[in-house]
Amino acid sequence: MEIIMSVLAGLLFTAGVYMILQKQILKIVIGTALLSHGAHLFIITMGKLNRGKPPVLTEDVSNYVDPLPQALILTSIVISFGVTSFLLVLAYRTYQTNGTDNMEKLRGNDHE
Amino acid sequence: MSNLAILPILLPLLTGIFLVFLNKRLPLVRLITRIMVIVNLIVVSLITYNVVQNGTIVLKAGDWAVPYGIVLVADPLAMILVLTANIISVACAFYAFNSLDEKRERYYFYPLFQLLITGVSGAFLTGDLFNLFVFFEVLLIASYGLIVLGGTKEQFRESFKYIIINLFSSILFVTTVSFLYAVVGTVNMAQLAERVGEVQQDGILTTIAILLLIVFATKGALFPLYFWLPKSYTVPPTVISALFGALLTKVGVYSILRVFTLIFVYNLTFTHQILLVLAGFTLVFGVIGALSTNNVQLIIAYNIIPAVGYMIMGLGVFSTTALAGTVYYLLHDMIIKAALFFLVGAMVAYAGTSDLRKMGGVIKHQPLLGWLFFIATLALAGLPPFSGFIGKLLILRGAFEEGHYVLAIIGLVTSLLILLSVIRIFINGFWGESKQKEVPQVNPVKGKILPAAFLLMFTILLGLGAELIYPTVQTIADQMIDPANYIDSVMKE
Repeated sequence: MEIIMSVLAGLLFTAGVYMILQKQILKIVIGTALLSHGAHLFIITMGKLNRGKPPVLTEDVSNYVDPLPQALILTSIVISFGVTSFLLVLAYRTYQTNGTDNMEKLRGNDHE
Repeated sequence: MSNLAILPILLPLLTGIFLVFLNKRLPLVRLITRIMVIVNLIVVSLITYNVVQNGTIVLKAGDWAVPYGIVLVADPLAMILVLTANIISVACAFYAFNSLDEKRERYYFYPLFQLLITGVSGAFLTGDLFNLFVFFEVLLIASYGLIVLGGTKEQFRESFKYIIINLFSSILFVTTVSFLYAVVGTVNMAQLAERVGEVQQDGILTTIAILLLIVFATKGALFPLYFWLPKSYTVPPTVISALFGALLTKVGVYSILRVFTLIFVYNLTFTHQILLVLAGFTLVFGVIGALSTNNVQLIIAYNIIPAVGYMIMGLGVFSTTALAGTVYYLLHDMIIKAALFFLVGAMVAYAGTSDLRKMGGVIKHQPLLGWLFFIATLALAGLPPFSGFIGKLLILRGAFEEGHYVLAIIGLVTSLLILLSVIRIFINGFWGESKQKEVPQVNPVKGKILPAAFLLMFTILLGLGAELIYPTVQTIADQMIDPANYIDSVMKE
């Protein structure tokens, strides 16, 4: 199970990096979203996957799922959703103000 | 008693939230900001005094036992940096009233400013690596908001890159933390330090250390990863550049300091050698950048980079003298960068251009501005009796003592070049014939001198009052070289 998850995380990272290297702003935003999903899968995999076990350790439970990665992934998901929505708005405004969504054309030295 | 540790985070957070609701009433918002930054500074000074006198304060959130819950650790290093950050926040709050246009003020400058301070204080105080990531995000999201505030063309153009690069490094940070969790099974820094010490630092832990270094080097603008900094720091209004230049990169440097003096200290020949090499390149490339441009704001922004190089050099040398120098330099640099951005901002507002070739003779009309800039120049280059001198002296002495001669000489030469890069502003911008067509009707410098003078006062205090401050810095350096103190104060019941 861990191996499948690691491969999936790897695929997401690959796709994310590929998208981030594109010129179109929207593709870059999607790339960052894919990257953060890859990171989330990675976190949950690192805490050992144990299906159908409770994430708590009480007196009579011997087999349990580590709750800490779940807390971490939850925090991380919230943050990445917030940042992604911010980025989408920013991408739209950048396109509107500069009249292009091509990163190649978004360079220059002039400060008005 | 231990609840004191959360006050530097809680006060600006609550103020920020409160200000969002009052946004329509701008005079009230300004008044509350003024009052709260000063209240916050007083509170933080008292806590810092307490910590320096009586030792580290540890707050266990929700009273969870240490490795399971989140801890805030107010040790002397963290508190002295929070104190400096708050001094800068006072100056910035007062500068903002006189420099921002009303449109920007209305679009939530003050709440974002308070949240930025929250994030910075939190990043300094946290004792948990994942929590460090969370506070990084708090301050980064506030900075994303600030950097595009006003929404001009260049702001969007440059800040998009800034945001993408920071986002990427944050994702790498989370990934690395989960790697570390898989290897040693904890994210609490004190426990990490213990466990890394127990298993000794072998290949995989060193790899993780380097990954973390890449993350923090991106945030702190170290050699290969500084390219995003200069442009994106010059496009927003001056007060925001000053906040960023003084606080954001320093949070990255602080994280490197913390991680490489507390956790990954068992493979020094490898990790700290890398730090030394990076420091050398950072010094050289940063100062080349500063010499390469005629845009005064860009010169100051580029000067952030060699300063980071000095701090990392002190860390790489890793002796008590050099670490004390690093801490001293860190305090000095936070203050002087904010002051320089202020002064250059006032100069640009007066001359109406940021191109050095188009300005001149400013000192005839603004003598006070000119002489304050001169003091700041000398302090930046590290001439006595100002604050930069002592930090640099300690770092270089440490480097010579440990036999890093080449690096120390690079450091000395870089110092001279830094002086050259800023004295160019003084010679071409302040001296010479006035190229100003007409003197502006309203004096644009009014109200901008005072915050800068306030900060320069601390520069002189750090320089002349070294005997007062040095013992504290020395204690901090001793604790950094021997992390047992930190671990004990966190791990004990």
